[in-house]
Amino acid sequence: MTKISLTVDGVSYSDDVEPRTLLVHYLREQLGKVGTVVGCDTSNCGACTVDLGGMSVKSCTVLAVQADGGEVTTVEGLEQDGKLAPMQQAFHDNHALQCGYCTPGMIMACRDLLKNNSSPSEDEIREGIEGNLCRCTGYQNIVRAVQAVAGSGAQA
Amino acid sequence: MIPASFDYVAPTSISEAVSALAGAGEDAKVMAGGQSLIPVLRLRLAYPTTVVDLGRIAELKGVTDDGDAIVIGAMTSHDEIMHDALVQQHAPLIVQATSTVADPAVRHRGTFGGALAHADPAGDLGAVALTLGCEFVASGPSGERRIAAADFFQDYLTTALGEDEILTSIRVPKLGDGWGSHYEKFNRVAQAWSIVAVAALVKRANGTIAEARVGLTNMGSTPLRAQAVESALAGVDASADAVGAAAGHAADGTTPPNDLSGKADYREHLARVLTKRAVLAASGI
Amino acid sequence: MTAVEDRPTVTVEIGQPRKRKEDYHLITGRTMWTDNINLPGMVHLAILRSPMAHAKITSINVDEAKSRPGVIAVFTGQDFAETQGNVPCAWPVTPDMVNPGAPSLAVTQVNHVGEAVAVIAARTKVEAQDALEGIEVDYEQLPAVLNMEEAVKDGATLVHPNTESNRSYTWPFESGAAGTGKSIDEALGNAEVTVKRRFIQQRLIPAFMEPRATVVQPIGEGVTVWSATQIPHILRTMLSLTLGIAEHKVRVVAPDVGGGFGGKIPVTPEEIITTLVARKLNKPAKYTESRSESLMSAHHGRDQIQDITITAKKDGTVTGLDVHLFADMGAYLRLVGPGVPVLGAFMFPAIYKFPAYRFVCEGVFTTKTPTDAYRGAGRPEATFAIERIMYELANELGMEPMELRRKNWIKHEEFPFTMVAGLTYDTGNYEAATDKALELMGWDELRREQAERRERKDPVQLGLGISTFTEMCGLAPSRVLGSLAYGAGGWEAASIRMLATGKVEVVTGASAHGQGHETAFAQIVADKLGVAWEDVEVIHGDTQSSPKGLDTYGSRSLAVGGIAIVKAAEKVVAKAKKIAAHLLEADEDDLEFEGGSFKVKGSPGSSIAMGEVAFAAFMAHNLPDGVEPSLDSDAVYDPENFSFPHGTHLCAMEVDTETGFCKIRKYVCVDDVGTPVNPLIIEGQVHGGLAQGIAQAMFEEAVYDEAGNLTTGTFVDYTVPSAADLPSFTTDRTETASTSNPLGVKGVGEAGTIASTPAVVNSVVDALRPWGVNDVQMPMTPERVWRAIHGAEKSDRADAGTNAYGGASTSTSDGEGGSL
Repeated sequence: MTKISLTVDGVSYSDDVEPRTLLVHYLREQLGKVGTVVGCDTSNCGACTVDLGGMSVKSCTVLAVQADGGEVTTVEGLEQDGKLAPMQQAFHDNHALQCGYCTPGMIMACRDLLKNNSSPSEDEIREGIEGNLCRCTGYQNIVRAVQAVAGSGAQA
Repeated sequence: MIPASFDYVAPTSISEAVSALAGAGEDAKVMAGGQSLIPVLRLRLAYPTTVVDLGRIAELKGVTDDGDAIVIGAMTSHDEIMHDALVQQHAPLIVQATSTVADPAVRHRGTFGGALAHADPAGDLGAVALTLGCEFVASGPSGERRIAAADFFQDYLTTALGEDEILTSIRVPKLGDGWGSHYEKFNRVAQAWSIVAVAALVKRANGTIAEARVGLTNMGSTPLRAQAVESALAGVDASADAVGAAAGHAADGTTPPNDLSGKADYREHLARVLTKRAVLAASGI
Repeated sequence: MTAVEDRPTVTVEIGQPRKRKEDYHLITGRTMWTDNINLPGMVHLAILRSPMAHAKITSINVDEAKSRPGVIAVFTGQDFAETQGNVPCAWPVTPDMVNPGAPSLAVTQVNHVGEAVAVIAARTKVEAQDALEGIEVDYEQLPAVLNMEEAVKDGATLVHPNTESNRSYTWPFESGAAGTGKSIDEALGNAEVTVKRRFIQQRLIPAFMEPRATVVQPIGEGVTVWSATQIPHILRTMLSLTLGIAEHKVRVVAPDVGGGFGGKIPVTPEEIITTLVARKLNKPAKYTESRSESLMSAHHGRDQIQDITITAKKDGTVTGLDVHLFADMGAYLRLVGPGVPVLGAFMFPAIYKFPAYRFVCEGVFTTKTPTDAYRGAGRPEATFAIERIMYELANELGMEPMELRRKNWIKHEEFPFTMVAGLTYDTGNYEAATDKALELMGWDELRREQAERRERKDPVQLGLGISTFTEMCGLAPSRVLGSLAYGAGGWEAASIRMLATGKVEVVTGASAHGQGHETAFAQIVADKLGVAWEDVEVIHGDTQSSPKGLDTYGSRSLAVGGIAIVKAAEKVVAKAKKIAAHLLEADEDDLEFEGGSFKVKGSPGSSIAMGEVAFAAFMAHNLPDGVEPSLDSDAVYDPENFSFPHGTHLCAMEVDTETGFCKIRKYVCVDDVGTPVNPLIIEGQVHGGLAQGIAQAMFEEAVYDEAGNLTTGTFVDYTVPSAADLPSFTTDRTETASTSNPLGVKGVGEAGTIASTPAVVNSVVDALRPWGVNDVQMPMTPERVWRAIHGAEKSDRADAGTNAYGGASTSTSDGEGGSL
């Protein structure tokens, strides 16, 4: 067991974990942060995407011990004072989700995309979320949601 | 899936890392960004006893100017490389190829050195390093040594790094003026590994190609230089026809794999087409 | 009771692009996926799966696994041989269909890679997975059975030792014999033009994003089961029948379910195993599959060899269609697996007035993962074949492919039209959808560009593809299902509960997993009862709260489930009317119900709102004699006909003839799904459907190697397209109301998938006609396109996985990962 301390969605945690524990399993099973989900074994689907140290990462491809000392934001930490984050609101407004399973990771990836490029072209949006698979939407409304937030000038 | 159990050490200096690796026995695994290793562990395709995580070694990160070369710390992430002014100025080929690696989240964690040490022939950076004539700096119990790119890649997932050695940095020679570069990647879906890709560096002078270097991704068990193409290009007119004729040699001497993405003969054909495109783009034609 | 004068005008909800009620918890991560459930004392399961395609199990030793830390129990097929029954198949398509039985845990033999062999129950999931390595299984390998045509030959290796052949069934239809048309043999004999093609429907994997998971809690004699399923109601009945648990002791909950696409229709071995273990240990148990387990053991779809012959006169009038299918069942018959290709029987003639038609389907066992429904289920296969062969016929005749279609399709004034396959299409307007699509596409301009590119021998050629599809959905009239020997009806149930405060609960038997039922059904009820959309709550997915239903598949929820809701609402209004008349002291016949209020005709100002009637019913102080104090109503609706959405899909494809790379330049579709309830949801369904149909054409295939290992065992090699691989679609609609249901609606869930695949393939073939290309096998990988250009007759792919992650596949591997 290895001791780790980190902040997740603004709350400090200190826990003993096995080194092999994936960050996503730590979030889900030890912290109860079940909003972040697992969709594959090979870091292809991106359903588990969270923010670590201000950057999107696939939490199934990060060991919890690697996140020691870090700051994690999950989809559960985006809503503030009962107000959805702009990207969450845009997903709702643009019907950018159906079953919703990819949505937590997709929202985190889309936010990250706009952090690095505040007015992306459609191609840049599509390439920016190529690491997040959605089986329901055909992506078109996800692209629209990102465009809506980019166009509004809001922080994603 | 969940990896099998292992011990974990996270040294904070190169010397600590070398000691940790030496102490961890032969089934230890060095982890850089973990973007290839962790899926392998999850699929239980590997059972290391100890994982030596280089992620906390500050001296392995960043890019510095060292006169006739830039030095890229092995643990510099793909994302950092894409946004680094020195790399952008002196090795735009690396920036372009790196931007095609995996996806943004993976590029945040994955590292230049990790990808090179993994030595997957389908990975994009090996051919780029080979083409640029990079030197690989390794540290082990007997100190530091430099390995030429041509000697570094030995076989499928196998490099010249000793089991007790760690890749610490990659020295990228500055090319000087007059060089153009291009990385031409061909894959089936955006996320997929290259079926074939071609890295081209071209120096033009007076309407001819003075010198050209061509690297091939996924045309054998290691990244390759297309030497027949390079020879054929030397001194030819910078024209589509001449480049096309030279590119016809791109698959000479290669032994590309047969897999779901393509059989060998198709890869050979792609190598020729993509070489032509890469060289033309690098030549500004 | 006073009349209400100032009610706000109630807007019409049906047709509004309402944003979804479902979204909030999904975008904030406050979800209830099955894998999120943790119950006190719960054990975690891990399943050992066969690494062999076909083998006898000679011995299993679980002793070491049992001694591993945290391991509570280990079970093999022998432990459950007497109790596990068979994974159910509810569709014996012919009286003599061979069903060899399907154990949940293999007992004596494994018949596909990934088949469950043993299960471990442990304190944690990690401990359960670790202990898998402590189980030793000895196998005696048998030859893999992979090729359907070889498998049905005499002397072929039998998949199942208890059968005489690998042929499960042969299902025939012939229009002359059936009396629905002329003799096919005459049509073939008298043909002026005949075109034959063999099309391969490759094997696909539904690849829903949420891996399947099941939690079972034993409660006394019964169980509560949470499962990532499309069919909580059918699962309840089937679990009861399979395991001998009385049905009223079984509660099934489908909590948040992350996509299905048919992939979560069958009752699964894992659901049965989890139930068996939970009951045996008398503890709650959870099983969640990994993606690689899902890809190899959750059922696959498609996988047909289609031999198609079309005959026509020289002027293009079609005269006959002859279809022979081999349909791969895989190793076992799943819930509706045998019926999937048979559904196609009705759709091969599509929108064309064929006078003669024959369809023969042979269901074949192989040592591959079982097949069952995948989005469209039988209809995409049929639509693909007919839309492709029409392209080939047009080419043979030298006609514009759209002109050939116009010549042969049913004209809008000819509806209702009884087809050669026996179905009666109620309505349609193929001309209107086609005209609109061609205009949106800029078809003529693209044809000019295509000619220019050909003229100047541009390495990038342009191709134009068409699919003028229809499909049958809204499954299904029970009588039709009965005639096909399906093991259930096709009705759907609904209940409406009027609460004292005027709010409304709607209970539906259609169990949603992403479709937007809560939003769209609330729109229907808001209109029918004249209440605010916000005041309607839709309840589904739990057999305790929605006890009656037949669940969600086959684009049935709106066209069947939605109509059940309409019928229940009509009953609510009828009940309320009696009370309203009493309260208004008027005759019931003098009341009209409009905008949510009962009004006395010709007496403005005298009215009472539905909410007030509901409150009056709740209070029950002043009701007419003999009227029960409730407006609540139930309805079960059995459709009289299918619904027949149709549309015109057009694809412009740029083909790099040097590399074979294909890029969709423009995709236009005009779908006619009848009267729209929620255009936002319709558009989303079409987008997603297109993505899956295009993925079949271009990207996806489940590939087995010669030993029967699935080489596309991870998302590295099973290439689900990302945003970067797909274009933006231009979608539009025409609205030809269905006359078979009171809302005029048709299904939309599968239309995009059914329609798009042939449009895409036709576009590539069209681009490559100058090379003499008349087919490119799916998925049209760049390699296959390149080989087609270079005259390769066959375009088999290599069957080795790519080397990513050490060539991870289902084959056992101890590959070294190298120094990373």
